[in-house]
Amino acid sequence: MSATWITILVASIGCYGLKLAGVSLSDSLLNHPRVQQTAGLLPVAMLTALVVTDLFGANGRYSADWPALAGVVSGAFALVLRRSLVTVFLIAIAVTAAVRALT
Amino acid sequence: MAGIGLYAAMFGVTFGAVSVGSGLSVGQTMVLSAVLFSGASQFALIGIIGAGGSPYAAVSTALVLGLRNAFYGVAVSHSLRPRGIRRFLTAQLVIDETTAMTLAQPLPRGRRYAFWATGATLFVLWNLGSLVGALAGSSINPSTFGLDAAAPAIFLALLWPQLSRGQGRSVALGSALVALALIAITPAGLPVIAAAGVAVAAGIGSARRGAGAEGR
Repeated sequence: MSATWITILVASIGCYGLKLAGVSLSDSLLNHPRVQQTAGLLPVAMLTALVVTDLFGANGRYSADWPALAGVVSGAFALVLRRSLVTVFLIAIAVTAAVRALT
Repeated sequence: MAGIGLYAAMFGVTFGAVSVGSGLSVGQTMVLSAVLFSGASQFALIGIIGAGGSPYAAVSTALVLGLRNAFYGVAVSHSLRPRGIRRFLTAQLVIDETTAMTLAQPLPRGRRYAFWATGATLFVLWNLGSLVGALAGSSINPSTFGLDAAAPAIFLALLWPQLSRGQGRSVALGSALVALALIAITPAGLPVIAAAGVAVAAGIGSARRGAGAEGR
């Protein structure tokens, strides 16, 4: 079995295990305020880091992806205007594709 | 429901195409969509694999991102009280979108309906979309269609509500700086794991300061 398959299976089963733990351990340690506070901040931190590394890094060096950056910034404008996820998504990919085609 | 279904299908197609474009097979892509079934973890995982990151970085990033589903599970099971075999099915459908739709309903009956309706819609359309995207992905270049911008745009949309809070904003800013600083000096995936440290520090720090007065 290839390393990629093992990675995929371990991550998939692990992530399902986390969901099952939440559903099963309902009234336990996960209800602690400090744990919940930290858990609420984890996605914020990691999603931000994912956006930054997607847009500004490639193969372990700095390399800004300008078309994608233009698309994501356009998506952010849609968010400011309180548009739906579908709109944000479509604007981001359309602007990215357009900028890439024109440059 | 139509809006969220459309979103799941389009984002699913994107995932499938980007996943195959990152070097995964159609089968590997579908195992992720059916078994892992959590968008951010899936995109993070294929991003790190595609960038040549280590399996450890890929798995730990997916797991730490998937950790939030455990907390969503606590909230959802408070409302649904799943018993027996149903608990295993409930667990699989606990993600950002189902939790938000469920908790938006005031009554237990409405919550149960919202959870299963949203969950089934999302699961079916996300997987169908992934399959279509994965099959098409080998013959198209995802970046020609701007599909590589979809994941960061959706991640931004997911964290957007938190940016209106002072603490969420500081954590986002701190994480952005940490990730930016580490891009060129650590292997792929590590900047994202290091950013989790910012959240842990902020969570412990604020709990110590305010003992809950800070709000969430």
